[in-house]
Amino acid sequence: MLANESSKVPGLSRRELLKSGAAGVLLLGFRVPIAHAASDSFAPNAFIRIGDDDVVTLVMPQVEMGQGIYTSVGMILADELDADFEKVVLQHAPPDKAYINPIFGVQATGGSTSVRAFWEPLRKAGASARAMLVEAAAQQWSVELSTCRTSNSVVIHDASGRKVGYGAIAGLAATMTPPKEPKLKSIKDFTLIGKPVKRKDTPDKTDGKTQYGIDAMPAGVKFAAIAQCPIFGGKVGRVDDTKAKAIKGVQQVVAIDDFVAVVADTTWTALKGLDALDVIWDEGPNANVDSAEIWQALRTASQGPAVVAKETGDVKAAFADGAHYDAVYELPFLAHAAMEPLNCTVHYTKDACEVWTGSQVIGRVQADVAKVVGLPIEKVTAHNFYIGGGFGRRLEQEMAVRAARLAMQVDGPVKVTWRREEDMQHDVYRPLYHNAVSASVKNGKIVGWTHRVTGSAIIARWLPPAFKNGIDIDAVDGAVDEPYDFQNIKIEYVRAEPLAVPTGFWRGVGPNNNFFTLETFVDEIAHREKVDPVAFRLKHLDNNPRLKAVVQLAAEKSGWGSSLPARMGRGISAQNAFGSFISTVCEAEVDESGEIRVHRCVAAVDTGIVVNPDTVIAQFQGGLIFGLTAALYGEITIAKGRVQQSNFNDYRMLRINEAPKIEVHLIPSMEHPGGIGETGTTASAPALANALFAATGVRLRRLPIDRDVLAGRKPA
Amino acid sequence: MITLQINGQPHDVDVSPDTPLLWALRDALGMTGTKYGCGIAQCGACTVHLDGQAVRSCQLPIGSVGSRAITTIEGVGSTDAGAKIQKAWLDLEVIQCGYCQSGQIMSAAALLAQKASPNDDDIDAAMAGNICRCGTYVRIRAAIKKAAAA
Ligand code: FES
Ligand code: FES
Repeated sequence: MLANESSKVPGLSRRELLKSGAAGVLLLGFRVPIAHAASDSFAPNAFIRIGDDDVVTLVMPQVEMGQGIYTSVGMILADELDADFEKVVLQHAPPDKAYINPIFGVQATGGSTSVRAFWEPLRKAGASARAMLVEAAAQQWSVELSTCRTSNSVVIHDASGRKVGYGAIAGLAATMTPPKEPKLKSIKDFTLIGKPVKRKDTPDKTDGKTQYGIDAMPAGVKFAAIAQCPIFGGKVGRVDDTKAKAIKGVQQVVAIDDFVAVVADTTWTALKGLDALDVIWDEGPNANVDSAEIWQALRTASQGPAVVAKETGDVKAAFADGAHYDAVYELPFLAHAAMEPLNCTVHYTKDACEVWTGSQVIGRVQADVAKVVGLPIEKVTAHNFYIGGGFGRRLEQEMAVRAARLAMQVDGPVKVTWRREEDMQHDVYRPLYHNAVSASVKNGKIVGWTHRVTGSAIIARWLPPAFKNGIDIDAVDGAVDEPYDFQNIKIEYVRAEPLAVPTGFWRGVGPNNNFFTLETFVDEIAHREKVDPVAFRLKHLDNNPRLKAVVQLAAEKSGWGSSLPARMGRGISAQNAFGSFISTVCEAEVDESGEIRVHRCVAAVDTGIVVNPDTVIAQFQGGLIFGLTAALYGEITIAKGRVQQSNFNDYRMLRINEAPKIEVHLIPSMEHPGGIGETGTTASAPALANALFAATGVRLRRLPIDRDVLAGRKPA
Repeated sequence: MITLQINGQPHDVDVSPDTPLLWALRDALGMTGTKYGCGIAQCGACTVHLDGQAVRSCQLPIGSVGSRAITTIEGVGSTDAGAKIQKAWLDLEVIQCGYCQSGQIMSAAALLAQKASPNDDDIDAAMAGNICRCGTYVRIRAAIKKAAAA
């Protein structure tokens, strides 16, 4: 079913689809007038509603988390529809199979798939509706179809000078038969696509009007704060709520299974109540798990049996002679730490349930809430919202399930807000990864390449039909389709689920790990072979002209090869992931103590046809900062079965005073649109690590970057 | 009952005086533009103005506010600096998910009201307390300069 759905996506092979389908995130992020009841004299498909009041409402199949997708999706629909974009109204899609993401086969936003997956379906939806409007007008005027044209929500018959607005003809258009194969515009006729269009969601975000899930305020709402068992897999033992209940405004204390919640007149009172509780946790089997043990288990697993994800050429022969290089790369657990903490508002009655939350998977929210409260799915209404950062975290729905279980015990609607500490300590974490990689070099070229990826199989849990033959297509994404002509290649995967710690998709997904490994190792080999890292990459890119072009452009625009002051270095990364081709040069400085200053990032980006150029640049800028943050600071560690970090004081974020200058150069392209939300994140860590090597001569094979290693206080 | 002066209007709130202004605004008054991000003065999402100074509302018990003037994101557009910042934010398309941006705009508006042409160091000092997880920093810097030049 997934493959069937997938094969409908134009321009991507089934294998690519499965591959990218695995990839998860998310991205993240209107005066979009959000319409509540679209007037719909004409509703030709799931995406378009035209009222006789001339209002064109577009229903957004993908959620807005900051990635500008409402504007991009709206542009694609409006361009083929020839609608007046200024006057278009956008609406969040409800849970419905009409909004299934063709790449995933579920209603989900992530993996930088939105434009890639919906490009053709949305163009067809727009073109089909336009054809019906034209047919209606032509019929009314008794003129030839071909003599009518459209512009800005008006059908025009030039010969007679007649015009009719879409609204006035909507009722008649609704009686027309949709064309089987609507004629799509040719690229040169696009009026919106490819032009910088102002985002529709941002005006309401400048004056506090935008509603996120956390802002839902159904009448009579009560406020709850939640404490989940701090030990993974533990449960509530005993709760003494005497002190909490004595606090004025505390209304109820509820303990369910693995969490305790306090319901009160404000979130503040609920938090105070939580702090006043005396809870004894039943710590369960993981009470002694720590990071050292988790790493040891991962390393041991990496030595065990593996499945072959790809094998080409004769790897054995390639390694029989020539220069031989080996390295191991390791990446840590990471939290999502979206700025909007987890939250969900639920109103349960015995006949119906209503849910308010911002989700990348609103259909799954509805389904899982229905299951847990024991109501038929049609009795559960799930309202989606603007999302204050997803990054993959909101591809999960377990928070809604907890909120619904609590709501079953509360009279009236209840809003559950996870405090930052709870959000950080009860995440689904970017898994840790171990990579063993070897290369054989002859005559200055890599001719043999093996890469064994060991880590969690997120796909096996999140999209089981896509987990086949023991291969997690996300975990090896970027490794099985590495961009260079290494000829003799073997890629292996070992599934190793970390002890106790739940894992999930995180912006940049599998390619973060695989391109960090590939691009720092290739860089190391270039240096050890005494070849310039750009020249070395170009030697292996004759079969990959799009990547070759971005590497050349990034080198040129960054002034590659020009001299830099002492202790400053330049590093490059190249990647073909998420359907886009990108090369990034990073300039960084390291002082004697190992402190790092990232000065500048220059990227060349070929992401195929660009819908909204400024959005592409913004996503790449933001993705870079996200990736640099993780490379410089990000690591979740475990002690006694608990996450040790809790808030932004001990899980550090890059701030404005540390942010580099960023230049993004777009290469014009007529290829199928690629994804962009993840790409900056994937690009940043290898470019930075390579720059730090150039600055110091220290090779970093583990993230986050250890200042002690950089300063020589600790061995690499 | 405590009376707060918010965006030029008196508002009565009937919650305990130790309640941080953040939660009084959001939960008692339904003014949800001011955001919760960390609760420990680390992220700036909750920034409002108190007599024109940027403050973290998650750290400010309403019992301590008195008659001082509170300005929130819902009202900052009626100040000269606030309006300029909001316009520059849109002109340069700063915003991504937007969740941090109420706080960013409040910090930037306070900076601009105090320094007509802030340099990079001024911007770092005024804005480093505001985290943006979507990574909009490059545009925030450019937009503050643009607003200053307007
Ligand atoms: S919520 Fe107040 S500084 Fe983060
Ligand atoms: S715009 Fe999303 S956190 Fe700043």
